[in-house]
Amino acid sequence: MLQPARSRYKAFTRRAALLGGMQGLLMSVLAGRLYYLQVIRADDYRTMADDNRISMRLLPPKRGRILDRQAVELANNQQNFRILFVPEHAKEGIAETLDALSRLVEIDEYDRRRIEREIRRNRKFMPVTVLENLAWEEFSRVNVHLPDLPGIQPDVGESRSYPLGGAFAHLVGYVGVVSEKELTGEPLLELPGFRIGKSGVERARESVLRGTAGNSQIEVNALGRVIKQLNRVDGDPGEDVVLTIDAELQMMVMDRLGEESGSVVVMDVHTGDVISMVSTPGFDPNSFNLGIDHNEWKELLADPRKPLINKPLRGQYPPGSTFKMIVALAALEAGVITEDFQTFCTGKVKLGNHTFHCWKKHGHGLQDLVSAIEHSCDVYFYEIARKTGINRIAAMAERFGLGEPTGIGVGGERSGLVPTKEWKLATIGEPWQGGETLNVGIGQGHLLTTPLQLAMMTAQLANGGKRVRPRLMYSPVAEEPANAKSGDKPAAKNEENKSLGLSEHALSLVLEGMKRVTNSPTGTAFKARIKESTMAMAGKSGTAQVRRISKYERDTRVLKNKERLWKERDHALFVAYAPVETPRYAIAVVVEHGGGGSSVAAPIARDVLTATQNRDPARTPPTGTVAVRRQEKEEG
Amino acid sequence: MLIHDGPGLTDVQLSLGQKIWNINWMLVLLISATAAIGFGMLYSVAGGSMDPWVKRQMTRFGMGLFLMFLVALVDVRFWMRYGYVIYAIALGLLIAVEFIGSVGMGAQRWVDLGVFQLQPSEIMKIAMVLALARYFHGLSLDEVERFRWLLPPLLMMLAPVALVLRQPDLGTALLIVMGSGAIFMMAGVRLWIFGFVLAAVAAATPFAWSYLHTYQKARILTFLNPERDPLGAGYHILQSKIALGSGGLAGRGYMQGTQSYLNFLPEKQTDFIFTSLAEEFGLTGGLVLLGLYVVIITYGIAIALRSRNHFGRLVAMGITVTFFLYVFINIAMVTGLVPVVGVPLPLVSYGGTAMMTILIGFGLLISVYVHRDVRIPRRPGDNV
Repeated sequence: MLQPARSRYKAFTRRAALLGGMQGLLMSVLAGRLYYLQVIRADDYRTMADDNRISMRLLPPKRGRILDRQAVELANNQQNFRILFVPEHAKEGIAETLDALSRLVEIDEYDRRRIEREIRRNRKFMPVTVLENLAWEEFSRVNVHLPDLPGIQPDVGESRSYPLGGAFAHLVGYVGVVSEKELTGEPLLELPGFRIGKSGVERARESVLRGTAGNSQIEVNALGRVIKQLNRVDGDPGEDVVLTIDAELQMMVMDRLGEESGSVVVMDVHTGDVISMVSTPGFDPNSFNLGIDHNEWKELLADPRKPLINKPLRGQYPPGSTFKMIVALAALEAGVITEDFQTFCTGKVKLGNHTFHCWKKHGHGLQDLVSAIEHSCDVYFYEIARKTGINRIAAMAERFGLGEPTGIGVGGERSGLVPTKEWKLATIGEPWQGGETLNVGIGQGHLLTTPLQLAMMTAQLANGGKRVRPRLMYSPVAEEPANAKSGDKPAAKNEENKSLGLSEHALSLVLEGMKRVTNSPTGTAFKARIKESTMAMAGKSGTAQVRRISKYERDTRVLKNKERLWKERDHALFVAYAPVETPRYAIAVVVEHGGGGSSVAAPIARDVLTATQNRDPARTPPTGTVAVRRQEKEEG
Repeated sequence: MLIHDGPGLTDVQLSLGQKIWNINWMLVLLISATAAIGFGMLYSVAGGSMDPWVKRQMTRFGMGLFLMFLVALVDVRFWMRYGYVIYAIALGLLIAVEFIGSVGMGAQRWVDLGVFQLQPSEIMKIAMVLALARYFHGLSLDEVERFRWLLPPLLMMLAPVALVLRQPDLGTALLIVMGSGAIFMMAGVRLWIFGFVLAAVAAATPFAWSYLHTYQKARILTFLNPERDPLGAGYHILQSKIALGSGGLAGRGYMQGTQSYLNFLPEKQTDFIFTSLAEEFGLTGGLVLLGLYVVIITYGIAIALRSRNHFGRLVAMGITVTFFLYVFINIAMVTGLVPVVGVPLPLVSYGGTAMMTILIGFGLLISVYVHRDVRIPRRPGDNV
């Protein structure tokens, strides 16, 4: 009986050696593994451990303000009263706390769903934004009840605000969330909720306004909870940008344009300072900043009056009769006419098979240069345009800066178009027709200008033929904007009143014509004159056709503007300067589909120029820049 | 130390004094030293505090030690007599979990007995060793080599394994299978059968794969490639390796383990406590603890070889292998050698149930040692 037991023990011993050996082997494997991890790869893992532990947080810089010439804030940073919710601290339960909160401030169905979704998604200690941009009363009501609302955290953040709203929407622009395309690899742009300039000055001066980000090195645990701050580097806040704009005038202009779809540009004829630049209809830039409502956005896009387009820069219109000064100057300089040149207007003129009509059906009779401007006689200008030829007209227009961007430095500026023979052959592929020169002679045809160009043209006429380019910003010193497209070149320095090389005599003839437009009882815009003699203006109306007038219509009766569809009405234009004797301000008014230049645009120009002269911003030093400097000193 | 079965003591009753004298005090000291390392680490991962873990762990260790001595002083023949009964109770509890078990950690593992919560699968680890040792004690080597004698123990093993898998608790199931396998091997089952079983398992793997839970699949996939999802399922392994690796040779110093203190480590007080140790004390600390375990395991094997009864040998070896498996799987897991399977580091990890199982196991081991010279006939009535 001992035999099996004995052999059982032997087997046991052998197997124990086997199993013990295996265990020893496996333990050696563990020791080897530890050696591999802790000695051979120790450096790698040490680096990874530090990455794990230290997290860099960007501190977004405070965005610079945008001010008008008197330091009125056009864009600033408003305290954003927010309510945050930390689900972890909600002792009463998440739903119960939100219910209690909604008895104090309104939380709509949509927000409620968003909040609950974010709570589900985030870690329990991560604050969730419940409400933003609360009114002070709402915010303080929540604050008072805070002890009963565990988990609710009041918070004051910063958000961009445009206190004067719609009148500056195009000019100042707005900020918005960074889009995929705008990511440049700069980490600041990837910060959630960070906003950059999307249009206008906000975009053009982004690099100046933004400032540089600071950062704080923090030690975080695996869940992202901050343990402590290790190091903090404060960034630099963005610089303020001071515009040449007079905010009060701008709002008055906005008001005056009312429901019209149009542009007004007011410029200092000597410095080129843009004192007002309005595009209507406006929109509320604040709604873009907070994330625009889908319906509101669709409405803006669908509006035929195109509220989103900055018309003074991006609207291109045939200048109509406002171009006649250029034609006159070109003809005089070319020597094809003299002061005494006269032509007889019968209401139409024939060239080849085409008949060219004057706006006055039965003609103006005998006209000389000054009276032709005063009456805006088309036949006279057909005649002198034909004599001068398109290329000499174009050369004169280009001397005034038409056909190219003015370089105001705000994005999206259009260049307009000054056609030449070479241009037509190259782009359309057809030779220039003689009749086209006639059309350009009255500012129609292929010719296109922006309202800003028209204001600049008028300023250069008014200042005695000196070169001037519009300037929109005093400070900081203009520099190449980071996101400039071609044509967005910053304002070229006004080469100190460099002369355009015009004959003084020719210019005085043209200006005399413009004076008569508004001050002679037979002038086209006499009704819209400024009666106060020290503020009197000189101007020129223009009515740009947007459709051909058919032979049939001419034979029967040309429909009045009011009888046409809005889209088919003429554009009303008026350019002017004031005061007549010592010109200081130039203006261009374009009312899209407004009707007649002298009946619609001229009164607007009158009212705006009157208001401008009353305020006379050019005579008072721009305190905006002074204010900024003072503030910098105080902060420094 | 090798003592053949020879004329010996058959129905000797040791006095209490003799028993206490016979206790392997060196082993008790090693166990206590290991547990003390655990206390130290729990103090560190709590950020230098006795709460919430150290105090409770000490209490449990004290209670466990008491239970260990109790078990050690009970005659080994008693454990043999009630081997099947204990097994039956454990099996019954496992079945009970199926119906009344409360859900904890995503798996049904606990049964609430009012006073304390019971994890029947832990009891089963001990009960299985007792039952299988009792069974094989009764078989001659010839019988062991015959297949039909292997069927009952196989069923005894597979019934609880199936129940544990249903909970689902892959880790415990594997521990039971491997622990039982060790007893089969020690009992003398032919080696080719193990080869055959391994081959069969390999062949059945694709089939079994479809029965695994999604989280189990994820664990295995992640183990095979931890970078697959560094912030998701692979996170644990990666963070553990980073903590270990950054410990280097000498470690960051006691209480300086940023990883565990900053909470990058999951379950830092339980399954991943070894990582904290190796981060703070480096390779040196890791090897010291590993060395302690090796010495304890060597003691276990020595006790098995020293016993004069087959039941005792099998029990001692079963307990030792189970202990080894805990150690190996846990450390291999935190160093990224095997998938994360939720096995605690014995004596060191925070947790009451595992501590009790281990200490009761050691109680049995010491009981085998205390009664090392007791002879037990293969079948009742046989003379030895």
